[in-house]
Amino acid sequence: MSNMVNLTINGIAVSVEEGKTILEAAEKLHIKIPTLCYHKDLCVAGNCRVCVVEQVGNNKLVASCAMPVSEGMEINTNTLKVRNCRKHIIELLLTEHNEECTKCYRNGHCELQELAAEYQITNQDFIDLVPDKSYTVDRISPAIEKDDSKCIRCQRCVRTCAEIQSVGAIAVAHKGSEMKISTVFDRALDEVVCTNCGQCIVHCPTGALTEKSYVEKVWDAIADPETHVVVQTAPAVRIGLGEELGFDPGTRVTGKMVSALRRLGFDSVLDTDFTADLTIMEEGTELLTRLKRALVEDDPDVALPMATSCSPGWVKYIEHKYPEYLPNLSTCKSPQQMFGALAKTYYAKKIKVDPQNIVSVSIMPCTAKKYEANRPEMKDSGYKDVDFVLTTRELAVMIRQAGIEFEKLNDESFDSMMGTGSGAAVIFGATGGVMEAALRTAYEIVTGREVPFENLEILPVRGLNGVKEVSIKIEGTLDDWKFLEGVELKCAITNGLENAHQLMDNIKNGDRFYHFIEIMACPGGCLGGGGQPYPVDNDVRLKRMQAIYNEDSDLAIRKSHENPEIVQIYKDFLEEPLSHKSHKLLHTTYVKREQY
Amino acid sequence: MTTTKKQLHRIDLIFKNEQDCKEILRNALARSNQEVINEMVNSGLKGRGGAGFPTGLKWKLTAEQKVDEKFVICNADEGEPGTFKDREILTRVPHKVLSGMAVCAKIIGARKGYIYLRGEYKFLVPNLKKELRRFHDILDELGLDFRVEIFMGSGAYICGEESALFESMEGKRGEPRNKPPFPTEIGYLNKPTVINNVETLAHSYTILKYGAKKFRELGVKDSRGSKVFSVSGDTPIPGIYELELGMSVQDFVDDFGDGDTKAVQVGGASGFLVPRKRFGKTSIGYQGKLTGISLPTGGSMMIFNSSRSMYNVLNNYLDFFEEESCGQCTPCRVGCQQLLKGIKAVKRGEKPASYLDKLLKLTDTMKLTAKCGLGQSVANSFSSIVENFREEMIY
Repeated sequence: MSNMVNLTINGIAVSVEEGKTILEAAEKLHIKIPTLCYHKDLCVAGNCRVCVVEQVGNNKLVASCAMPVSEGMEINTNTLKVRNCRKHIIELLLTEHNEECTKCYRNGHCELQELAAEYQITNQDFIDLVPDKSYTVDRISPAIEKDDSKCIRCQRCVRTCAEIQSVGAIAVAHKGSEMKISTVFDRALDEVVCTNCGQCIVHCPTGALTEKSYVEKVWDAIADPETHVVVQTAPAVRIGLGEELGFDPGTRVTGKMVSALRRLGFDSVLDTDFTADLTIMEEGTELLTRLKRALVEDDPDVALPMATSCSPGWVKYIEHKYPEYLPNLSTCKSPQQMFGALAKTYYAKKIKVDPQNIVSVSIMPCTAKKYEANRPEMKDSGYKDVDFVLTTRELAVMIRQAGIEFEKLNDESFDSMMGTGSGAAVIFGATGGVMEAALRTAYEIVTGREVPFENLEILPVRGLNGVKEVSIKIEGTLDDWKFLEGVELKCAITNGLENAHQLMDNIKNGDRFYHFIEIMACPGGCLGGGGQPYPVDNDVRLKRMQAIYNEDSDLAIRKSHENPEIVQIYKDFLEEPLSHKSHKLLHTTYVKREQY
Repeated sequence: MTTTKKQLHRIDLIFKNEQDCKEILRNALARSNQEVINEMVNSGLKGRGGAGFPTGLKWKLTAEQKVDEKFVICNADEGEPGTFKDREILTRVPHKVLSGMAVCAKIIGARKGYIYLRGEYKFLVPNLKKELRRFHDILDELGLDFRVEIFMGSGAYICGEESALFESMEGKRGEPRNKPPFPTEIGYLNKPTVINNVETLAHSYTILKYGAKKFRELGVKDSRGSKVFSVSGDTPIPGIYELELGMSVQDFVDDFGDGDTKAVQVGGASGFLVPRKRFGKTSIGYQGKLTGISLPTGGSMMIFNSSRSMYNVLNNYLDFFEEESCGQCTPCRVGCQQLLKGIKAVKRGEKPASYLDKLLKLTDTMKLTAKCGLGQSVANSFSSIVENFREEMIY
């Protein structure tokens, strides 16, 4: 056990492990110290200085987020000196900040606004610095907007992009009064290595980084009597949405969400889980085909490991950073895009609506999905497959605008046809979920038996660890799959692009060999996506994760291939996995992109 | 200058032409580490960059770290406005600086040293390189496994701050780190590092040659030894002078002023302005606390006569800080902008004179909360100028 250090905070004794900070010690005493640049996910910066406290014997104030505790330390968090300094610092931040709060996208969700309210900054008489700044607003990306006039230079986004995501699309440029968060050569986010993952948005304390909102466009579509508006909702939305609408993290609100979507006026309320199951059928078959080519035909061109392609942030990352591995990426579209392609073909025909009158909307825990829907490849239905992508947060905005008392809603079920998903589909929302779902199906296809894990729960693939590995020995294969007899199927799962970067380097260096890897761009997988409610940290992620797995275990159908709508669509329309029609609608191609 | 006044004692230690560095090194390397550390501690030498941390203690703390890889860095990023003495030391007696680095390296257990050279001092490089080759030959002869490289800075003032300097050397943006940990534990490449100013290292040569006792004889309590001053401004004899610490500003002005001295800026833009009425009460040196009675300096002494507008002087400093703040911490980045814009607004009559008091309170906050010495010390010149020349700020 590590050494304990004794100190007092505001006269109250506390004992914490050596190496902890004053801020962490105060948290233990339930003494709140305001912070802005501090975030539990990130390394300590200590640059906003809002968290300063007084240390007896030190003639300067100390940043509690950065100062380690020491034996006998006496700290005061609420002296006149501290309060005056803190107030000054908040005032200073406000003078550089565009204070048009009522016109701000983050109005009501802004940490700076909260602090200003808490410290009653009402008679600001420092000079407003904004008019002399040449702040720019970048609205070019279809996914992320960056408004420098709202930025408080806390660098949470910079640390997120570098540490969690290993992307480095944004960094600090210039110094002194000119210092700003910028991109390479000050290009638009859409023109650099940015993966659109939106983790910067989730970690931004103000309105400097936000999703591009399509709420108004969706309202327009709903209001248009000529259009049939189809909505799909991703697995992670149902366990995140509640946080925006008065529920605790980890509350499952699937039924209420469906009910709210109907009340908003969507004509068809469907489920991305359906195409998550479809992804498993296509991707699982693709994996088995690749394995057959490698093991039976000795084809040297077959690319292994096969990597999942559900996460558009990951897809753009590999396009930028590891383009030589693009053949390894599954050709399957993400569930969102499979859904989009089917909504304007199969579904349109079923409901007898001209696909050009269909507006296809998706609700995603993700900002990269906005980019993905705008990729030129995503028009296989003959139309734009997915017209508008809203984040979980944007859906909450619509629900509030519509005056729906969310917590009072009754549970309702998705429409039938493309509205049913298995438990295997739900777990797509958590890191390891695609792997678990794929194994549940693939193992059964190959052996005719369920995966050898109790209650179908493949525990090694679950959890927040950076890189998870699992290997399953395939035994007792059916006749068609004899070539897999005795093969040890090696798989790896990562979440967060920094971990992906490490995994890919391990593969590239030959340190590791796998058959199949699942990579999700965001920490925790989609449940921790860039479109999910803020604030987020690992506690929140774990609660959301538990909700996902509860949702799975409560469902009767927990394997993709047993989803009756999946069986039906292959019978009615697609014929079989990797069929000609599947290839046309459900698979895609990738492009090599610049390194920076 | 009145003839009755005794001229300040000019010291000739640092620039003395001594070519015996091989002997000095041989002797120093032959002594035990503890002996040399004691010598350094007893000398009372404090960091000559301006912050005044005891050099012997710095070496001792770094020597105590049980880590394989350590570094010695010579901070030659001389960027404080009005300071130009390190340039002269590196030009005239680079071997003394290198000798100091080598002895330090032996004591702490470093095999690698760097001179972090101010970007604008690029012209020194050819000469320094020649000197380095000569010096490395001597080290080989003496059997000390130590090499020094030159690392070029790129012109940011903040990179003279030691932890920003490390960041810059590591290829990152030059921004100060949180302290603790201090460089003696976690410095360049997260290894224990001694980082000393050029002059400090040159003084260590003097101490090793003549002994701590001789060094201590110079100066006063808390402020031992001599110091190289960069004298500029309204003086008939600008230049570089080695003087004893502890002198009063009055004595300094008597020697260097033009007879019409209104104020002296001690320690450059980040130092204090001493008005005429306080010349006699203020001395140059380090005391436990900054009292305004004893002022430290990295060597910059700027003399202003009565033709100078103190508003322009302050405006000039604030322009500098507003641009040279790294920009990461709020009090420094925004505080400097507010101070600069604030004094302009008062001057133009857009803000009342009482706004100066609000700005003075702001400098208190900057002093208490800024992340590094830059932001903390903006208050020095601001408050000493505004408090002593308030009317010049307004009218």
